[in-house]
Amino acid sequence: MTIKFTEDHEWISVEGDIATVGITAHAQDQLGDIVFIELPETGAALDMADEAGAVESVKAASEIYAPVSGEVTDVNSDLEDNPGVVNSDPMGDGWFFRLKLSAPDELDSLMDEDQYKTYLEGLDG
Amino acid sequence: MSADQSSERHLKTTPLDTLHRELGAKMVPFTGYSMPVQYPAGVLQEHLHTRSQASIFDVSHMGQARLRGDNPAKAIESLVPGDIQGLPSGKARYTLLTNENGGILDDLMVTRTGDHLYLVVNAACKEADFKHIADNLGSGYDLEILADQALIALQGPAAAEVLSRFIPAARHMLFMTAGSFNWGDVSCFVTRSGYTGEDGYEISIPADQGEDITRILLGENEVEMAGLGARDSLRLEAGLCLYGSDIDTTTTPIEAGLTWTVNKCRRESGGFPGADIILKQINEGISRKRVGILPDGKAPARAHTEITDESGLEIGEITSGGYGPSVGGPVAMGYVNIEHAVPDTAVNLKVRNKLLPARVVKMPFVKQNYFTG
Repeated sequence: MTIKFTEDHEWISVEGDIATVGITAHAQDQLGDIVFIELPETGAALDMADEAGAVESVKAASEIYAPVSGEVTDVNSDLEDNPGVVNSDPMGDGWFFRLKLSAPDELDSLMDEDQYKTYLEGLDG
Repeated sequence: MSADQSSERHLKTTPLDTLHRELGAKMVPFTGYSMPVQYPAGVLQEHLHTRSQASIFDVSHMGQARLRGDNPAKAIESLVPGDIQGLPSGKARYTLLTNENGGILDDLMVTRTGDHLYLVVNAACKEADFKHIADNLGSGYDLEILADQALIALQGPAAAEVLSRFIPAARHMLFMTAGSFNWGDVSCFVTRSGYTGEDGYEISIPADQGEDITRILLGENEVEMAGLGARDSLRLEAGLCLYGSDIDTTTTPIEAGLTWTVNKCRRESGGFPGADIILKQINEGISRKRVGILPDGKAPARAHTEITDESGLEIGEITSGGYGPSVGGPVAMGYVNIEHAVPDTAVNLKVRNKLLPARVVKMPFVKQNYFTG
Protein backbone atom coordinates (compact mmCIF):
# COMPACT_ATOMS: atom_id res chain seq x y z
CA MET A 1 0.00 0.00 0.00
CA THR A 2 1.31 3.45 -0.96
CA ILE A 3 0.06 6.72 0.50
CA LYS A 4 0.57 10.02 -1.27
CA PHE A 5 -0.41 13.63 -0.53
CA THR A 6 -1.45 16.69 -2.54
CA GLU A 7 -0.79 20.38 -1.99
CA ASP A 8 -4.55 20.72 -1.38
CA HIS A 9 -4.11 18.57 1.74
CA GLU A 10 -5.72 15.42 0.40
CA TRP A 11 -4.35 11.92 0.90
CA ILE A 12 -4.63 9.04 -1.52
CA SER A 13 -3.95 5.51 -0.42
CA VAL A 14 -3.34 3.02 -3.24
CA GLU A 15 -3.79 -0.75 -3.25
CA GLY A 16 -3.45 -2.32 -6.70
CA ASP A 17 -5.45 -0.13 -9.07
CA ILE A 18 -7.89 1.12 -6.40
CA ALA A 19 -7.18 4.31 -4.45
CA THR A 20 -8.97 5.73 -1.40
CA VAL A 21 -9.11 9.53 -1.05
CA GLY A 22 -9.63 11.80 1.97
CA ILE A 23 -8.33 14.98 3.57
CA THR A 24 -5.38 15.17 5.95
CA ALA A 25 -5.35 15.83 9.68
CA HIS A 26 -3.92 19.26 8.89
CA ALA A 27 -6.84 20.03 6.53
CA GLN A 28 -9.53 19.03 9.02
CA ASP A 29 -7.78 21.07 11.72
CA GLN A 30 -7.69 24.14 9.48
CA LEU A 31 -11.35 23.72 8.49
CA GLY A 32 -12.65 23.18 11.99
CA ASP A 33 -15.96 21.48 12.71
CA ILE A 34 -17.04 19.77 9.49
CA VAL A 35 -20.80 19.86 8.96
CA PHE A 36 -21.39 18.76 5.36
CA ILE A 37 -19.60 16.79 2.67
CA GLU A 38 -20.59 16.62 -0.97
CA LEU A 39 -19.26 13.46 -2.60
CA PRO A 40 -18.96 12.59 -6.28
CA GLU A 41 -21.39 10.18 -7.96
CA THR A 42 -20.34 6.56 -8.13
CA GLY A 43 -19.35 5.89 -11.73
CA ALA A 44 -18.16 9.44 -12.40
CA ALA A 45 -15.00 9.63 -14.49
CA LEU A 46 -12.68 12.24 -13.03
CA ASP A 47 -9.53 13.74 -14.48
CA MET A 48 -6.65 14.69 -12.20
CA ALA A 49 -7.49 18.02 -10.44
CA ASP A 50 -11.18 17.87 -11.39
CA GLU A 51 -13.60 19.04 -8.75
CA ALA A 52 -14.86 15.94 -6.99
CA GLY A 53 -17.01 17.46 -4.27
CA ALA A 54 -16.83 19.84 -1.35
CA VAL A 55 -16.27 19.86 2.37
CA GLU A 56 -18.00 22.45 4.49
CA SER A 57 -17.19 23.50 8.03
CA VAL A 58 -19.15 25.96 10.15
CA LYS A 59 -16.79 28.62 8.85
CA ALA A 60 -16.25 27.92 5.18
CA ALA A 61 -16.57 25.69 2.13
CA SER A 62 -13.60 24.06 0.37
CA GLU A 63 -13.51 22.12 -2.86
CA ILE A 64 -12.35 18.51 -3.01
CA TYR A 65 -10.29 17.61 -6.08
CA ALA A 66 -9.45 14.31 -7.70
CA PRO A 67 -5.78 13.79 -6.76
CA VAL A 68 -5.35 11.63 -9.87
CA SER A 69 -7.55 10.46 -12.74
CA GLY A 70 -9.94 7.56 -12.36
CA GLU A 71 -13.49 6.29 -12.11
CA VAL A 72 -15.35 6.65 -8.80
CA THR A 73 -16.11 3.12 -7.57
CA ASP A 74 -17.40 3.87 -4.07
CA VAL A 75 -18.25 6.80 -1.80
CA ASN A 76 -18.37 6.97 1.99
CA SER A 77 -22.11 7.50 2.43
CA ASP A 78 -21.76 7.35 6.25
CA LEU A 79 -20.44 10.92 6.04
CA GLU A 80 -23.89 12.17 5.06
CA ASP A 81 -25.23 11.66 8.58
CA ASN A 82 -21.95 11.92 10.42
CA PRO A 83 -19.59 14.41 8.74
CA GLY A 84 -17.78 14.96 12.06
CA VAL A 85 -15.95 11.63 11.49
CA VAL A 86 -13.68 13.58 9.15
CA ASN A 87 -12.56 15.64 12.16
CA SER A 88 -12.10 12.66 14.48
CA ASP A 89 -10.58 10.17 11.99
CA PRO A 90 -9.56 11.97 8.80
CA MET A 91 -7.14 9.29 7.61
CA GLY A 92 -9.40 6.35 8.50
CA ASP A 93 -13.21 6.23 8.79
CA GLY A 94 -13.36 9.77 7.40
CA TRP A 95 -12.36 8.68 3.86
CA PHE A 96 -14.35 10.32 1.04
CA PHE A 97 -14.35 8.12 -2.09
CA ARG A 98 -12.53 5.37 -3.98
CA LEU A 99 -11.14 5.60 -7.49
CA LYS A 100 -10.18 2.97 -10.05
CA LEU A 101 -6.98 4.52 -11.36
CA SER A 102 -6.89 5.30 -15.08
CA ALA A 103 -3.40 6.88 -15.12
CA PRO A 104 -1.38 5.41 -12.22
CA ASP A 105 1.76 7.28 -13.36
CA GLU A 106 0.17 10.48 -12.08
CA LEU A 107 0.86 9.24 -8.53
CA ASP A 108 4.55 9.97 -9.12
CA SER A 109 3.83 13.70 -9.21
CA LEU A 110 2.34 13.64 -5.68
CA MET A 111 4.21 13.99 -2.38
CA ASP A 112 5.15 11.09 -0.13
CA GLU A 113 4.67 11.41 3.63
CA ASP A 114 8.08 12.98 4.32
CA GLN A 115 7.67 15.46 1.49
CA TYR A 116 4.22 16.40 2.78
CA LYS A 117 5.61 16.97 6.28
CA THR A 118 8.25 19.27 4.86
CA TYR A 119 5.54 21.02 2.82
CA LEU A 120 3.49 21.61 6.00
CA GLU A 121 6.51 22.98 7.85
CA GLY A 122 7.02 25.43 5.00
CA LEU A 123 3.42 26.65 5.41
CA ASP A 124 3.82 27.35 9.12
CA GLY A 125 6.51 29.96 8.34
CA MET B 1 -6.21 29.23 4.78
CA SER B 2 -3.37 30.80 6.74
CA ALA B 3 -3.23 34.48 7.55
CA ASP B 4 -1.17 36.69 5.32
CA GLN B 5 2.08 36.75 7.26
CA SER B 6 3.35 39.96 5.69
CA SER B 7 0.35 41.95 6.85
CA GLU B 8 0.27 40.36 10.31
CA ARG B 9 2.85 42.88 11.54
CA HIS B 10 0.67 45.84 10.61
CA LEU B 11 -2.39 44.59 12.43
CA LYS B 12 -3.70 46.38 15.49
CA THR B 13 -4.37 44.34 18.61
CA THR B 14 -7.09 44.60 21.23
CA PRO B 15 -6.43 44.89 24.98
CA LEU B 16 -7.20 41.15 25.25
CA ASP B 17 -4.57 40.06 22.72
CA THR B 18 -2.26 38.41 25.27
CA LEU B 19 -5.17 36.49 26.76
CA HIS B 20 -6.39 35.26 23.35
CA ARG B 21 -2.95 33.90 22.50
CA GLU B 22 -2.51 32.34 25.95
CA LEU B 23 -5.85 30.55 25.51
CA GLY B 24 -4.73 29.15 22.16
CA ALA B 25 -7.03 31.21 19.95
CA LYS B 26 -6.64 31.04 16.19
CA MET B 27 -5.95 34.66 15.33
CA VAL B 28 -6.96 36.10 11.96
CA PRO B 29 -6.80 39.55 10.39
CA PHE B 30 -10.20 41.24 10.64
CA THR B 31 -10.86 44.89 9.79
CA GLY B 32 -7.25 45.79 10.51
CA TYR B 33 -7.12 43.93 13.83
CA SER B 34 -5.69 40.60 14.82
CA MET B 35 -8.81 38.88 16.18
CA PRO B 36 -9.66 35.42 17.56
CA VAL B 37 -11.80 33.52 15.05
CA GLN B 38 -12.03 30.55 17.42
CA TYR B 39 -10.44 28.99 20.49
CA PRO B 40 -9.42 25.33 20.84
CA ALA B 41 -13.04 24.28 21.59
CA GLY B 42 -13.98 25.25 18.03
CA VAL B 43 -16.83 27.27 16.51
CA LEU B 44 -19.47 24.56 17.02
CA GLN B 45 -18.84 24.14 20.76
CA GLU B 46 -18.43 27.89 21.31
CA HIS B 47 -21.76 28.51 19.58
CA LEU B 48 -23.63 25.84 21.54
CA HIS B 49 -22.03 26.90 24.81
CA THR B 50 -23.24 30.47 24.24
CA ARG B 51 -26.81 29.24 23.76
CA SER B 52 -26.71 26.99 26.84
CA GLN B 53 -24.43 28.86 29.30
CA ALA B 54 -22.47 32.07 28.63
CA SER B 55 -19.54 33.18 26.50
CA ILE B 56 -17.28 36.21 26.34
CA PHE B 57 -16.62 37.83 22.99
CA ASP B 58 -13.89 40.43 22.58
CA VAL B 59 -15.50 43.23 20.58
CA SER B 60 -12.90 45.85 21.47
CA HIS B 61 -12.25 46.42 17.76
CA MET B 62 -15.65 48.09 17.47
CA GLY B 63 -15.81 51.88 17.62
CA GLN B 64 -17.01 53.47 20.85
CA ALA B 65 -17.62 57.19 21.24
CA ARG B 66 -19.46 59.75 23.33
CA LEU B 67 -21.31 62.60 21.67
CA ARG B 68 -21.70 65.79 23.68
CA GLY B 69 -23.11 69.20 22.88
CA ASP B 70 -26.41 71.03 22.74
CA ASN B 71 -29.14 68.36 22.55
CA PRO B 72 -27.00 65.66 20.90
CA ALA B 73 -30.09 63.43 20.49
CA LYS B 74 -31.71 66.01 18.25
CA ALA B 75 -28.46 66.54 16.38
CA ILE B 76 -27.85 62.88 15.59
CA GLU B 77 -31.42 62.47 14.38
CA SER B 78 -30.26 64.41 11.31
CA LEU B 79 -28.15 61.32 10.44
CA VAL B 80 -30.33 58.36 11.56
CA PRO B 81 -34.01 57.40 11.10
CA GLY B 82 -34.41 56.32 14.74
CA ASP B 83 -36.25 58.19 17.48
CA ILE B 84 -33.31 59.31 19.62
CA GLN B 85 -34.95 62.37 21.21
CA GLY B 86 -37.61 60.10 22.65
CA LEU B 87 -35.01 57.80 24.17
CA PRO B 88 -34.95 58.18 27.98
CA SER B 89 -31.61 58.33 29.75
CA GLY B 90 -30.32 54.80 30.32
CA LYS B 91 -31.95 53.34 27.23
CA ALA B 92 -30.27 52.07 24.08
CA ARG B 93 -31.54 51.86 20.51
CA TYR B 94 -30.35 50.05 17.38
CA THR B 95 -30.31 52.48 14.48
CA LEU B 96 -28.71 53.17 11.11
CA LEU B 97 -26.56 55.86 9.55
CA THR B 98 -28.20 56.41 6.15
CA ASN B 99 -26.97 58.19 3.03
CA GLU B 100 -28.75 60.49 0.56
CA ASN B 101 -29.79 57.50 -1.57
CA GLY B 102 -31.46 55.79 1.36
CA GLY B 103 -28.56 53.31 1.61
CA ILE B 104 -27.01 52.24 4.89
CA LEU B 105 -23.57 53.58 5.87
CA ASP B 106 -23.50 51.50 9.05
CA ASP B 107 -25.69 50.07 11.78
CA LEU B 108 -24.99 51.23 15.32
CA MET B 109 -26.17 51.33 18.90
CA VAL B 110 -27.07 54.68 20.43
CA THR B 111 -27.50 54.91 24.20
CA ARG B 112 -28.63 58.05 25.97
CA THR B 113 -26.81 58.48 29.23
CA GLY B 114 -27.31 61.70 31.14
CA ASP B 115 -26.45 64.69 28.97
CA HIS B 116 -24.71 62.76 26.20
CA LEU B 117 -24.99 59.80 23.83
CA TYR B 118 -22.82 56.68 23.87
CA LEU B 119 -22.31 55.18 20.41
CA VAL B 120 -21.03 51.78 19.31
CA VAL B 121 -20.33 51.32 15.59
CA ASN B 122 -18.82 48.57 13.44
CA ALA B 123 -15.05 48.18 13.38
CA ALA B 124 -14.79 48.29 9.60
CA CYS B 125 -16.74 51.56 9.42
CA LYS B 126 -15.58 53.36 12.53
CA GLU B 127 -13.19 55.90 10.99
CA ALA B 128 -15.70 56.79 8.25
CA ASP B 129 -18.63 56.89 10.70
CA PHE B 130 -16.90 59.16 13.18
CA LYS B 131 -15.77 61.52 10.40
CA HIS B 132 -19.31 61.51 8.96
CA ILE B 133 -20.82 62.36 12.36
CA ALA B 134 -18.23 65.00 13.25
CA ASP B 135 -18.37 66.66 9.79
CA ASN B 136 -22.15 66.78 9.69
CA LEU B 137 -22.83 67.94 13.24
CA GLY B 138 -20.24 70.69 13.12
CA SER B 139 -18.26 72.54 15.71
CA GLY B 140 -20.96 72.73 18.37
CA TYR B 141 -20.56 69.02 19.10
CA ASP B 142 -17.77 67.05 20.68
CA LEU B 143 -17.35 63.46 19.50
CA GLU B 144 -14.99 61.82 21.96
CA ILE B 145 -13.63 58.58 20.48
CA LEU B 146 -13.10 56.06 23.28
CA ALA B 147 -9.97 54.44 21.85
CA ASP B 148 -8.79 53.47 25.34
CA GLN B 149 -11.87 51.42 26.23
CA ALA B 150 -12.08 47.65 25.83
CA LEU B 151 -15.51 46.23 24.97
CA ILE B 152 -16.50 42.70 25.87
CA ALA B 153 -19.82 40.98 25.29
CA LEU B 154 -20.99 38.44 27.86
CA GLN B 155 -23.74 36.48 26.09
CA GLY B 156 -25.95 33.56 26.99
CA PRO B 157 -28.71 32.48 29.37
CA ALA B 158 -26.28 32.40 32.33
CA ALA B 159 -24.96 35.91 31.64
CA ALA B 160 -27.25 37.65 34.15
CA GLU B 161 -26.48 35.18 36.94
CA VAL B 162 -22.75 35.54 36.31
CA LEU B 163 -22.55 39.31 36.00
CA SER B 164 -24.78 39.98 39.00
CA ARG B 165 -22.23 38.18 41.22
CA PHE B 166 -20.01 41.20 40.56
CA ILE B 167 -22.55 43.90 39.69
CA PRO B 168 -25.74 42.96 41.61
CA ALA B 169 -27.87 45.57 39.83
CA ALA B 170 -27.12 43.95 36.45
CA ARG B 171 -29.71 41.25 37.19
CA HIS B 172 -32.60 43.72 37.06
CA MET B 173 -31.56 45.65 33.97
CA LEU B 174 -33.95 45.16 31.05
CA PHE B 175 -32.95 44.43 27.46
CA MET B 176 -31.59 47.60 25.80
CA THR B 177 -30.98 49.50 29.02
CA ALA B 178 -27.63 50.79 30.26
CA GLY B 179 -25.87 51.97 33.37
CA SER B 180 -22.51 52.94 34.86
CA PHE B 181 -21.23 50.70 37.62
CA ASN B 182 -18.17 50.29 39.76
CA TRP B 183 -16.69 46.81 39.66
CA GLY B 184 -14.30 47.08 42.57
CA ASP B 185 -12.43 50.21 41.60
CA VAL B 186 -13.00 49.72 37.86
CA SER B 187 -15.70 51.86 36.30
CA CYS B 188 -17.76 49.96 33.74
CA PHE B 189 -20.44 51.08 31.34
CA VAL B 190 -22.85 48.18 30.90
CA THR B 191 -25.61 47.74 28.30
CA ARG B 192 -27.96 44.77 28.43
CA SER B 193 -27.62 43.97 24.76
CA GLY B 194 -25.64 41.92 22.30
CA TYR B 195 -25.74 40.40 18.85
CA THR B 196 -26.28 36.69 19.42
CA GLY B 197 -30.04 36.51 20.02
CA GLU B 198 -29.31 35.60 23.64
CA ASP B 199 -29.65 37.56 26.85
CA GLY B 200 -26.42 39.28 27.76
CA TYR B 201 -24.40 42.41 28.27
CA GLU B 202 -21.86 44.56 26.53
CA ILE B 203 -19.35 45.87 29.03
CA SER B 204 -17.12 48.85 28.26
CA ILE B 205 -14.08 48.99 30.53
CA PRO B 206 -10.78 50.91 30.55
CA ALA B 207 -8.39 49.09 28.18
CA ASP B 208 -5.82 48.41 30.92
CA GLN B 209 -8.51 46.62 32.99
CA GLY B 210 -9.94 44.62 30.11
CA GLU B 211 -7.83 41.54 30.61
CA ASP B 212 -8.32 41.45 34.40
CA ILE B 213 -12.10 41.76 34.16
CA THR B 214 -12.24 39.13 31.42
CA ARG B 215 -10.14 36.73 33.51
CA ILE B 216 -12.46 37.23 36.49
CA LEU B 217 -15.53 36.41 34.36
CA LEU B 218 -13.72 33.45 32.78
CA GLY B 219 -13.10 32.13 36.28
CA GLU B 220 -16.84 31.53 36.66
CA ASN B 221 -17.96 27.97 35.89
CA GLU B 222 -20.52 28.93 33.25
CA VAL B 223 -18.19 31.12 31.17
CA GLU B 224 -15.99 30.28 28.17
CA MET B 225 -14.44 32.43 25.45
CA ALA B 226 -15.99 32.51 21.98
CA GLY B 227 -14.54 33.93 18.78
CA LEU B 228 -15.68 35.68 15.63
CA GLY B 229 -16.74 32.38 14.05
CA ALA B 230 -19.34 31.67 16.72
CA ARG B 231 -20.38 35.33 16.80
CA ASP B 232 -21.22 35.06 13.11
CA SER B 233 -23.17 31.78 13.32
CA LEU B 234 -25.06 33.05 16.40
CA ARG B 235 -26.11 36.33 14.78
CA LEU B 236 -27.10 34.52 11.58
CA GLU B 237 -29.39 32.14 13.49
CA ALA B 238 -30.80 35.17 15.31
CA GLY B 239 -31.63 36.75 11.93
CA LEU B 240 -29.41 39.77 12.61
CA CYS B 241 -27.70 41.67 9.80
CA LEU B 242 -23.97 41.73 9.24
CA TYR B 243 -22.93 45.12 7.89
CA GLY B 244 -21.07 44.75 4.61
CA SER B 245 -22.84 41.47 3.81
CA ASP B 246 -26.57 41.81 4.49
CA ILE B 247 -26.78 45.60 4.52
CA ASP B 248 -24.62 48.25 2.87
CA THR B 249 -24.91 51.48 0.89
CA THR B 250 -26.88 49.66 -1.84
CA THR B 251 -29.63 48.41 0.49
CA THR B 252 -32.25 50.57 2.15
CA PRO B 253 -33.61 49.94 5.67
CA ILE B 254 -36.94 48.95 4.11
CA GLU B 255 -35.45 46.44 1.68
CA ALA B 256 -33.37 45.08 4.59
CA GLY B 257 -36.48 44.37 6.67
CA LEU B 258 -35.42 47.06 9.15
CA THR B 259 -38.51 49.26 8.70
CA TRP B 260 -39.01 49.03 12.47
CA THR B 261 -35.87 51.16 12.93
CA VAL B 262 -37.66 54.06 11.19
CA ASN B 263 -39.62 55.11 14.25
CA LYS B 264 -43.18 56.46 13.89
CA CYS B 265 -42.30 60.04 14.84
CA ARG B 266 -39.66 60.12 12.08
CA ARG B 267 -42.00 58.90 9.34
CA GLU B 268 -43.86 62.18 8.95
CA SER B 269 -41.15 64.76 9.35
CA GLY B 270 -38.26 62.78 7.85
CA GLY B 271 -35.16 64.90 8.30
CA PHE B 272 -32.57 62.14 7.93
CA PRO B 273 -30.44 61.37 4.86
CA GLY B 274 -32.39 59.58 2.14
CA ALA B 275 -35.70 60.18 3.96
CA ASP B 276 -37.55 60.92 0.69
CA ILE B 277 -36.57 57.52 -0.74
CA ILE B 278 -37.01 55.57 2.50
CA LEU B 279 -40.42 57.07 3.34
CA LYS B 280 -41.59 56.55 -0.25
CA GLN B 281 -40.63 52.89 0.04
CA ILE B 282 -42.63 52.58 3.29
CA ASN B 283 -45.68 54.06 1.57
CA GLU B 284 -45.42 52.62 -1.92
CA GLY B 285 -43.53 49.38 -1.42
CA ILE B 286 -40.25 47.89 -2.54
CA SER B 287 -39.11 45.59 -5.32
CA ARG B 288 -36.88 43.29 -3.25
CA LYS B 289 -36.58 42.28 0.38
CA ARG B 290 -34.21 40.52 2.78
CA VAL B 291 -35.71 37.21 3.89
CA GLY B 292 -34.71 34.08 5.73
CA ILE B 293 -33.87 31.09 3.53
CA LEU B 294 -34.01 27.53 4.84
CA PRO B 295 -32.43 24.94 2.53
CA ASP B 296 -34.42 21.68 2.40
CA GLY B 297 -31.26 19.57 2.36
CA LYS B 298 -28.05 19.57 4.32
CA ALA B 299 -25.78 21.60 2.04
CA PRO B 300 -25.04 25.10 3.35
CA ALA B 301 -25.48 27.98 0.89
CA ARG B 302 -22.90 30.71 1.46
CA ALA B 303 -22.95 34.43 0.66
CA HIS B 304 -23.33 35.26 -3.07
CA THR B 305 -25.18 32.02 -3.83
CA GLU B 306 -27.72 32.71 -6.58
CA ILE B 307 -31.38 32.28 -5.62
CA THR B 308 -33.74 31.20 -8.40
CA ASP B 309 -37.46 30.56 -8.66
CA GLU B 310 -38.71 27.05 -9.28
CA SER B 311 -38.18 27.44 -13.03
CA GLY B 312 -34.52 28.37 -12.51
CA LEU B 313 -34.88 32.11 -13.16
CA GLU B 314 -32.66 34.29 -10.97
CA ILE B 315 -34.65 36.13 -8.28
CA GLY B 316 -31.95 37.16 -5.81
CA GLU B 317 -28.80 36.33 -3.88
CA ILE B 318 -27.81 34.93 -0.50
CA THR B 319 -25.99 37.55 1.59
CA SER B 320 -25.17 35.40 4.65
CA GLY B 321 -25.40 31.66 4.94
CA GLY B 322 -23.86 28.69 6.59
CA TYR B 323 -24.47 25.97 9.11
CA GLY B 324 -26.57 26.85 12.14
CA PRO B 325 -25.27 24.74 15.03
CA SER B 326 -28.42 25.22 17.16
CA VAL B 327 -30.71 24.62 14.18
CA GLY B 328 -28.60 21.57 13.30
CA GLY B 329 -28.62 22.37 9.61
CA PRO B 330 -28.02 25.07 7.04
CA VAL B 331 -29.56 28.54 7.41
CA ALA B 332 -29.24 31.62 5.25
CA MET B 333 -30.59 35.06 4.52
CA GLY B 334 -30.63 37.03 1.32
CA TYR B 335 -32.55 39.37 -0.96
CA VAL B 336 -35.31 38.15 -3.27
CA ASN B 337 -37.74 39.89 -5.61
CA ILE B 338 -40.73 41.05 -3.57
CA GLU B 339 -43.15 38.57 -5.20
CA HIS B 340 -41.03 35.74 -3.79
CA ALA B 341 -40.59 37.25 -0.33
CA VAL B 342 -43.68 35.61 1.19
CA PRO B 343 -42.84 32.97 3.83
CA ASP B 344 -43.07 29.40 2.56
CA THR B 345 -42.29 30.36 -1.05
CA ALA B 346 -40.31 27.55 -2.68
CA VAL B 347 -37.02 28.67 -4.23
CA ASN B 348 -33.80 27.07 -5.46
CA LEU B 349 -30.23 27.79 -4.47
CA LYS B 350 -27.47 27.43 -7.05
CA VAL B 351 -24.73 25.64 -5.12
CA ARG B 352 -21.79 24.30 -7.14
CA ASN B 353 -23.91 24.48 -10.30
CA LYS B 354 -26.72 22.39 -8.83
CA LEU B 355 -30.13 23.80 -7.97
CA LEU B 356 -30.95 22.85 -4.38
CA PRO B 357 -34.51 23.33 -3.09
CA ALA B 358 -35.12 25.77 -0.23
CA ARG B 359 -37.92 27.81 1.33
CA VAL B 360 -38.38 31.44 2.27
CA VAL B 361 -38.96 31.56 6.03
CA LYS B 362 -39.55 34.06 8.80
CA MET B 363 -36.55 34.90 10.95
CA PRO B 364 -35.10 34.41 13.52
CA PHE B 365 -34.15 30.76 13.04
CA VAL B 366 -33.90 30.34 16.82
CA LYS B 367 -36.07 31.99 19.45
CA GLN B 368 -34.59 35.24 20.72
CA ASN B 369 -33.97 35.13 24.42
CA TYR B 370 -33.93 38.74 25.59
CA PHE B 371 -34.73 39.82 29.15
CA THR B 372 -37.69 42.17 28.93
CA GLY B 373 -38.90 41.83 32.52
